Amino acid sequence: MKKLTKTSRNNFLTYGFVILSYVVLQAITAGGHMSSMLKGQLVPICAYVVMAISLNLTVGILGELSLGHAGFMSVGAFMGTTTAIALKNVIASPTLRLVCALIVGAIFAGIIGFLVGIPVLRLNGDYLAIVTLAFGEIIKSIFNNLYLGLDEHGFHLSLLDNKLHMEPEGKLIIGGPMGIGGIQKISTFTVGFALIMVCLIVIFNLVNSRAGRAIMAIRDNRIAAESVGIPVTTYKMMAFVTSAAMAGAAGALFAMNFSTFVANKFDFNTSILVLVFVVLGGLGNMFGSIIAAAALTILPEALRQFASYRMLVYAIVLILVMLIRNNPTIRSFFERFRLSKKGGAEE
Amino acid sequence: MKKALSLMLALVMVLALAACGGSSTDAGSSTPAETTTPAATESSTPAPAGAQVFKLGGTGPLTGGAAIYGQACANAAQIAVEEINAAGGNIQFELNYQDDAHDAEKAVNAYNTLKDWGMQISLGSVTSTPCVATSAETFSDRIFALTPSASSVAVIDGKDNQFQMCFTDPNQGSASAQYIADKGLATKVAVIWKNDDVYSKGIYDTFMAAAPGLGLEVVSDTTFQDGNDTNFSVQIADAQSKGAELVFLPMYYTPASLIFAQAKAAGYAPIWFGVDGMDGILTLEGFDTSLAEGVMLLTPFNADSDDQRTQNFVAKYQEKFGDIPNQFAADAYDCVYAYAQALEAANATADMSAEQLCDLMIGQFTSMNFDGLTGDGMSWDASGAVTKSPKGMVIQNGAYVGLD
Repeated sequence: MKKLTKTSRNNFLTYGFVILSYVVLQAITAGGHMSSMLKGQLVPICAYVVMAISLNLTVGILGELSLGHAGFMSVGAFMGTTTAIALKNVIASPTLRLVCALIVGAIFAGIIGFLVGIPVLRLNGDYLAIVTLAFGEIIKSIFNNLYLGLDEHGFHLSLLDNKLHMEPEGKLIIGGPMGIGGIQKISTFTVGFALIMVCLIVIFNLVNSRAGRAIMAIRDNRIAAESVGIPVTTYKMMAFVTSAAMAGAAGALFAMNFSTFVANKFDFNTSILVLVFVVLGGLGNMFGSIIAAAALTILPEALRQFASYRMLVYAIVLILVMLIRNNPTIRSFFERFRLSKKGGAEE
Repeated sequence: MKKALSLMLALVMVLALAACGGSSTDAGSSTPAETTTPAATESSTPAPAGAQVFKLGGTGPLTGGAAIYGQACANAAQIAVEEINAAGGNIQFELNYQDDAHDAEKAVNAYNTLKDWGMQISLGSVTSTPCVATSAETFSDRIFALTPSASSVAVIDGKDNQFQMCFTDPNQGSASAQYIADKGLATKVAVIWKNDDVYSKGIYDTFMAAAPGLGLEVVSDTTFQDGNDTNFSVQIADAQSKGAELVFLPMYYTPASLIFAQAKAAGYAPIWFGVDGMDGILTLEGFDTSLAEGVMLLTPFNADSDDQRTQNFVAKYQEKFGDIPNQFAADAYDCVYAYAQALEAANATADMSAEQLCDLMIGQFTSMNFDGLTGDGMSWDASGAVTKSPKGMVIQNGAYVGLD
């Protein structure tokens, strides 16, 4: 039997873990043992996991710090939800409508990612971080002032003021600071799981391809990469747009799990939250991102028993986990554990 | 791999914590009177035997920027529950308020926690955006909800089991315009509003729609946003240069406190007119209350009222929590009493499911009249909106005083 490389073994482990989690969680739900609290969090967890792995592509694989990832999520959320509302009478199946919405959300976020990428990816390091930060704020401002309505003549768009001149039966979709309301909740855990799998497949295949190696070469040494003829901006753009598109799909999934959302939800804090998932999970480590995103989404809710102190406990747990992750003794303990197990298996 | 393993350890730790939380919640739901149930504020009064104990839940911002509203509601609801339980009637409550940090996502999580706890009737959410999200959940789960203070129309729109104790935002806007015109306070009006906030926007829209018909001329219309709410010199200068006699401030009190301070520094002293979000400004920490002298606001509750019940409530609140209750607190207090009245009248029993109670409550609330702290003879229509009359208030010597 052909021996798998370490990378592909890790990748299959990740796929296996995600599939196993899905099956176990579905079984628990079917058995009626799932609490409402956890059940309500399944879809947000899926969305955050996708956010984390997509940001990990930018931060861990491409090596550029993006502080505006929630901006792409916002674009996906607004565009995806608008699509779902507009298609309400066209496509009967909610799942199919959700998939359409995810695709549209991903496409729009990808386009915005491309537009932002043109000037931004010519910058390096810290500059990119600041520009993406600014971009996130711009997106938030735009959606806070955008009004979009739909009637028999098609879409009506206006900025700053609600002057849409719609027919009386027209429906206001995006209401500026009120965001989108009255959303039909069509996001499901199964679609969320499928989205995670698709994103993982895309990322793992991208990383293990010629393009992926070029992207990592740029991360490791940009000048060396350029000197051997790798078109830096093209490959950077490829990773950045992929990452943005995934964040857009995650945004659409997230938005359609709630009956309402506002642009302020996708602010700087959300970007940082996703960055915390990535850092905690390990740069370039997709499996870690998945675990970190799931754990840190559940954690604040699981800590409700501490009442007023729960955010303090949350912060302490976060610090402890970061310390444990970086503790050489604990690391070497696990390293020994792993080696001895591996040694035993080979005998 | 070593990273993965150490993360697994972290996950185990987290899940262990989650398991702790889960198990103690279960314990709480199996024995309703148990006092160790995890809850932000929970009444610990033991229920007398034979009484019907209903599980009443609500979410509100107990932490974060809007915490003053959530805490006011949670505190006041707790006082009401303790009073009702101490009186020893047939209807008893067990109260559980969960934190939603003024965020729709967290509010839904908090709501699900309450559902696991076994909530039968709900106090909805305290603030608008979270309440829009939780009201969709209570609607689909058929749990009756009466929100003390989430004033957005979207909260009750198209949902037969969602009711409000406060005015809807549009009502506040048109009522303010009407009040200003009726009392002849001013003809040239400036509006400063927050254009990324549901609450502010809702009031602004109806105020602007009502103003021209009432002979009010809006000479200055300026905005601010979240994160851009510390310097108001441009907005104040605009209102001042255009000669506005009255400035309408449909916003919460935090930015308003800065506007007062900065207007004073700019030597501008118009009539300030606020809505119910202005309520609470006097209890803002570090705020010089002399700045708010003469500020008018439209609110249904007056803590200085001669009414016996109001005085009792204010005294109790002050004794327990140290400050004067605002309108949000009064609304939450009224909610609990309205529930008590409705449950009593409907002969509801605690073994009824949330769905059965929901149908009973819809019937009661659309037909009953309720006298509370925030108005006499309140009634609700089928849409869930309340009918009661607003009172004009003015701040004098650091206290709210009724205008009429």
